[in-house]
Amino acid sequence: MPAVSFQSVTKNYSTARGSFQALDRVSFDIEDGEFFGLLGPNGAGKTTLISILAGLVRATSGRVVVRGHEVQGDYAAARRALGVVPQELVFDPFFTVREALRIQSGYFGVKNNEAWIDELLASLGLADKANANMRQLSGGMKRRVLVAQALVHRPPVIVLDEPTAGVDVELRQTLWQFIARLNREGHTVLLTTHYLEEAEALCSRIAMLKTGHVVALERTSDLLKAASTNVLRFKLDGPLPREFEGKASVTGRIVQLPAHDAHEIEQHLAIIREAGLRVEDVEIRKPDLEDVFIDVMSAERREGVTA
Amino acid sequence: MTGWQTLLYKEVLRFWKVSFQTVAAPVLTALLYLLIFGHVLSDRVKVYDHISYTSFLVPGLVMMSVLQNSFANSSSSLIQSKITGNLVFVLLTPLSHWSWFVAYVGASVTRGLCVGLGVFIITVWFTHVGFAAPLWIVVFAVLGAGILGSLGVVAGLWAEKFDQMAAFQNFIIVPMTFLSGVFYSIHSLPPFWQQVSHLNPFFYMIDGFRYGFFGVSDVSPWLSLAIVGSAMAVVGSIAVHLLRIGYKIRG
Repeated sequence: MPAVSFQSVTKNYSTARGSFQALDRVSFDIEDGEFFGLLGPNGAGKTTLISILAGLVRATSGRVVVRGHEVQGDYAAARRALGVVPQELVFDPFFTVREALRIQSGYFGVKNNEAWIDELLASLGLADKANANMRQLSGGMKRRVLVAQALVHRPPVIVLDEPTAGVDVELRQTLWQFIARLNREGHTVLLTTHYLEEAEALCSRIAMLKTGHVVALERTSDLLKAASTNVLRFKLDGPLPREFEGKASVTGRIVQLPAHDAHEIEQHLAIIREAGLRVEDVEIRKPDLEDVFIDVMSAERREGVTA
Repeated sequence: MTGWQTLLYKEVLRFWKVSFQTVAAPVLTALLYLLIFGHVLSDRVKVYDHISYTSFLVPGLVMMSVLQNSFANSSSSLIQSKITGNLVFVLLTPLSHWSWFVAYVGASVTRGLCVGLGVFIITVWFTHVGFAAPLWIVVFAVLGAGILGSLGVVAGLWAEKFDQMAAFQNFIIVPMTFLSGVFYSIHSLPPFWQQVSHLNPFFYMIDGFRYGFFGVSDVSPWLSLAIVGSAMAVVGSIAVHLLRIGYKIRG
């Protein structure tokens, strides 16, 4: 039995300008114990899909099943199995951190949960903030509390919707160590993120969404293997030659170009030489998930990609 | 605690943590009404032969405070949670729509009764009020608070802005409580306005409640009970239905 099963999930929103399709027959399964990444640009439908999973939004058609429990018909059992960290940095200003966690436990009917609450506080670096009011916490600290609230009932399936957006390096490391530990202990993890190096490092399998469609669904290692091209990377002092426009990805002075073989690398360097430009820090590297992501997103929509 | 008990506890804790604003302030307001209206009108208005105007005023003020605060509790909690986004913490739980209803309305009734008791304890210092039929007092107080708590759930779900909520409160709840016979017996009104007052369900809540203190009322307490009980059933059903379909809270 899969931990989560999306079955032909479609969501239409009616807006003032007409109907808008956020998701179009999205289908895939997440296996028990997987660390699964859901990637896609803004507006691809990631958060809508997660909201349907969490019962915050209803699908127009299709169904979502969590460990055998359909999220609408059998919502209580489905929600017990889920721990969702919402994307928005929300908090209840009336309570302290410990109160918030006790109350969240209580909603799930979990009694005598102090030992687990203490462990969550310690693991997420919140122990000294336990009695602080939520209003007094920094953004990063509030994010940690959101994670703790999602985990307070020990859900077998953990859903993290961009948990590291705007979060400093220290918290990211604390968070990933803790989530990786929970995953080793058997929890299934569904992660959406814009940090592709995180997804590459953590997720064993990845789905990519684009305008409401699944455009890739593979093991992370297979995705990287399938990318046949290498990447030529250098720093350029001068304008980008016209021949590279549309092909190169440029970040400040750093230019990255796909290069299949030695011949293509020579061609690229010849163009630079002829333009009379100087380059520094030249390197050739293997493609990473970001290259694959850009490749998949820029490709024409591939029909018929399903589980 | 089970799930719904936790939500009830959280909702009670929410108003109790700011009890100056949610309990003490409305008690003071009611006291000011009693002192000012009681002083100005006590020699001019005679509602029932053996009851002074100030005494007559006390149950009305108590019930008005119960009603307004019950409404304020569920409505303000829901709209605040919706606008700040922290309603998601409850939306993600397995709690059923019945749990939501019992918790939100239960906390509203608790606040309404706390304020009502506070108003009674303070105002009764200034006059004598009897207890002709105590059971009626309890029944009407709880039912009135329950109706307004349910109405607060409906308004809290419906409103998308604080402005809409303020409109609901100031243009519907406040006029209906003021025009329900808190400050006068409707028998003192011209016949037309007596008829209009009979269409206001708040009138029956206050009239029935007052019967519990004095043993006299404008209409039979049984009629009031029937109307108030029906209102509870209707408003409660609407609130439960809206919670079940996730009206404006689940997309």
